[in-house]
Amino acid sequence: MSHVAAARAPRKVRLDRSDYVLRGISYLTVTLFATFCTLPFVLILSASLSSETAIMRDGFGLLPKEFTFAAYEYIFRAPRQIIGSYVVTIVMTVSGTAIGLFIIAMTGYALNRRDFPFRNGISFFIYFTTLFSAGLAPTYIWVSRYLELRGSYLAVFLQLLMTPWLIILMKNFMRSIPYEIVESGKVDGAGDFRIFLRLVLPMMKPALATIGLFLALAYWNEWYLSSLYLGSTVEFKPLQYHLYNIINTANALRNSVAGSNVSITELPSNTLKMASAVVATGPIVLVYPFVQKYFVSGITVGAVKG
Amino acid sequence: MVMQASAATRTDVEEHDPVPTRPRASLLRRIGRNRTLLLMCLPAIAFFVVFSYAPMPGAWIAFTNFNYRDGIFGSPFVGLRNFEFLVQSGQLWLLTRNTVLYNLAFIVLGNILQIALAIMLNEIRAKYFKKISQAVMFLPYFISVVLIGVIAFNLLNYDTGYVNALIQQTGGDPIKIYSIAGAWPIIIVLFQLWQSTGYGSIVYFAAIMGIDNSLFEAAAIDGASAWQRIRYIILPSLKPTFIILLLFSLGGIMNGNFGLFWNLIGNNAALFSTTDIIETSVYRMILSQNNFTSSTAVGLYQSLFGFALVLLANWIVRRINEDYALF
Repeated sequence: MSHVAAARAPRKVRLDRSDYVLRGISYLTVTLFATFCTLPFVLILSASLSSETAIMRDGFGLLPKEFTFAAYEYIFRAPRQIIGSYVVTIVMTVSGTAIGLFIIAMTGYALNRRDFPFRNGISFFIYFTTLFSAGLAPTYIWVSRYLELRGSYLAVFLQLLMTPWLIILMKNFMRSIPYEIVESGKVDGAGDFRIFLRLVLPMMKPALATIGLFLALAYWNEWYLSSLYLGSTVEFKPLQYHLYNIINTANALRNSVAGSNVSITELPSNTLKMASAVVATGPIVLVYPFVQKYFVSGITVGAVKG
Repeated sequence: MVMQASAATRTDVEEHDPVPTRPRASLLRRIGRNRTLLLMCLPAIAFFVVFSYAPMPGAWIAFTNFNYRDGIFGSPFVGLRNFEFLVQSGQLWLLTRNTVLYNLAFIVLGNILQIALAIMLNEIRAKYFKKISQAVMFLPYFISVVLIGVIAFNLLNYDTGYVNALIQQTGGDPIKIYSIAGAWPIIIVLFQLWQSTGYGSIVYFAAIMGIDNSLFEAAAIDGASAWQRIRYIILPSLKPTFIILLLFSLGGIMNGNFGLFWNLIGNNAALFSTTDIIETSVYRMILSQNNFTSSTAVGLYQSLFGFALVLLANWIVRRINEDYALF
C-alpha cells in the first residue's frame, strides 16, 4: 500500500471551501472513531488498577479508582495457573506457527507451479472444504470419539495448523516468484524440494511474515476448540480459554488464585477479572504496533482474489 | 479462481514448461514425474482428509436416532423426523431468521461505515496522524473474542457496569441490560462494527489508493467540489469492489460470527429469542445437552443452504465479471 501512496503526487490545485469542510469532518470523525476503538481497553486497564471497594461503590470508570496493584498481586501470589497457561499457549503458538507455516508454504508453492498437472485438482480439493462442511456435531464426534483426541492438546493444536484461506493466500503471494527462478534451479540440477527450500523460501519472507502472523494470532486467541475438546480435562488451559473460564464461572476464578486461601466472597472478583484480561491480552497489544503492517498486506493481497 | 485455467495461462505452460504434460501420459507416469511436488502437498491433503472430509459421512446422523453404542451407521434410521421436529417447534425458523437478519445488518452497516471511513482516511494528509489512527482502528480485530465478552461485562453489567455507573451519576436508575432481549440486537451489531470496521476499511482504502490520480487532477481543474469528487470519482471506482464483497458476504449469510455471539450471550436463555443463531444453538446442543441428532440436522441444513447460496453468489459474480468469480 505504501508504494501506491508514494506514487501519488501531492495535488497542487487550489482547494475550495468544500475540500476544507470534508477534511475537517474527516479529521474529526477519524479521531472520534479511533477514540471509540481505544476506550474499552482503557476501561479494562483502569478497572484492573482500581480497588475492589471503589468498584463496588461507584462502578467501573475511565480512570483507576483508589489506584492499587491488589488484583495483580492476587494473580501472581499463586502464579501456577497463569504461568501454566502461558507456557501451554506459547508452546502451541510457536510450534504450531512454525509447522503450519512450513506446510502452507510447501503447498502454496506446489499449487502455484504451472508445470504441476495436479494443481487444479488439489486446489479444488482444498477449496471445496470452505463451500461445504460436515458441520460441528459430526466433526466433534469424529475428533473426540474416533480419533480419540478429547482431552488432548493435539485436538486444538492440529486443527489450527492451516486453513484453506491461508493456503490460497500463500499461493497468491507465490505468483510474484518468476518462473525463471524455478528453471534456473532445474538447470543447476536442483530437485523441486531444494528449489523451494533454497531459492523460493528466502524470497518469500514478507509472505511468510504475514501468514505466520495470522497463524500465531489464531493460536494465541484460541478458546473455541479448547472449550469443545479440552473442557476441564487438562490442568493448564490455553490462555484465552483460561480467561473465558475466569469470566464465566466463579469456581475458575477461585481456582485461578488457588493457594491464597480466600473464600469466594472475599475475592476482589471484579478487579480480578479485569486484571486477568490484561494479563491474557497484554502481549498481543504490546507486539501489535510492530506487526500490524503485515496484516494489512495480507488483507490487500487476499481480498483481491480468494 | 481455483478452477480457472484461462487460455492465457495454458499457452504460458506450453511455452515455458520443459516437460509438457501430454494428456496421453498415463496417470502413474504423471504421478511419478511429479512425486516431489505431490509429496509437498501431502501434509495439507492429509489434513483436509482427516479434519474436513472424514467427518462428512457423519452427517448421516441427521437421519438417525443416534446413540454412541450403535455408532453412526448402526443407530436406528428415522428419515426426516429430526428435521420435522425442528420445523414444527419453530426453532429452525427462529434460528434462520436471527442468523440472516444479523448478517444483513452486519453487511449493510459494515460496508457503509467501511467505505465512509476509507474515504475519510484518504482525506487525511498528516502522515503520523494517519498511521497511528489506522493502527488504533485495526486493533479491535486482533484481540480475542473472549476479551470482547470482558468488555461487555465491564460496560453493561448491572452492579458495576460503566454504563450503569454513568446512568446513576446523572441520577437515573440502573438498567438490567443482561435481561432485556430487545436491546441485544443493537449491542451485538455495535460490537461487531467496533471490531471489524477499521480492518474492513483496508480493502476500500486500497481501492481508493489505486484510482488514477489524473482523474482527481482533471476534476480539480474543472472546479469539482469535494462532494462531487466523492460522488463522481470515488464511489463509482469502489462499485466493483463493493459488489463483489457484497455478493460473497451474501453467500455466507447462513454463517454466524459464533465467538462474538457466544461471548456476549453464552447460556443466558432470557436473550435467546433475539440473539440465538444457528451456530450458538448447535454448540449448546452439543456441549450442554449432548443432543447430536438435532445439532447434526441443523448443521446439515446450514451447510446445504449455505452451499447453494455461495454457488448462486458465484454465478452472479461470474456474470458481472468473470475475473472475480471464485470458480
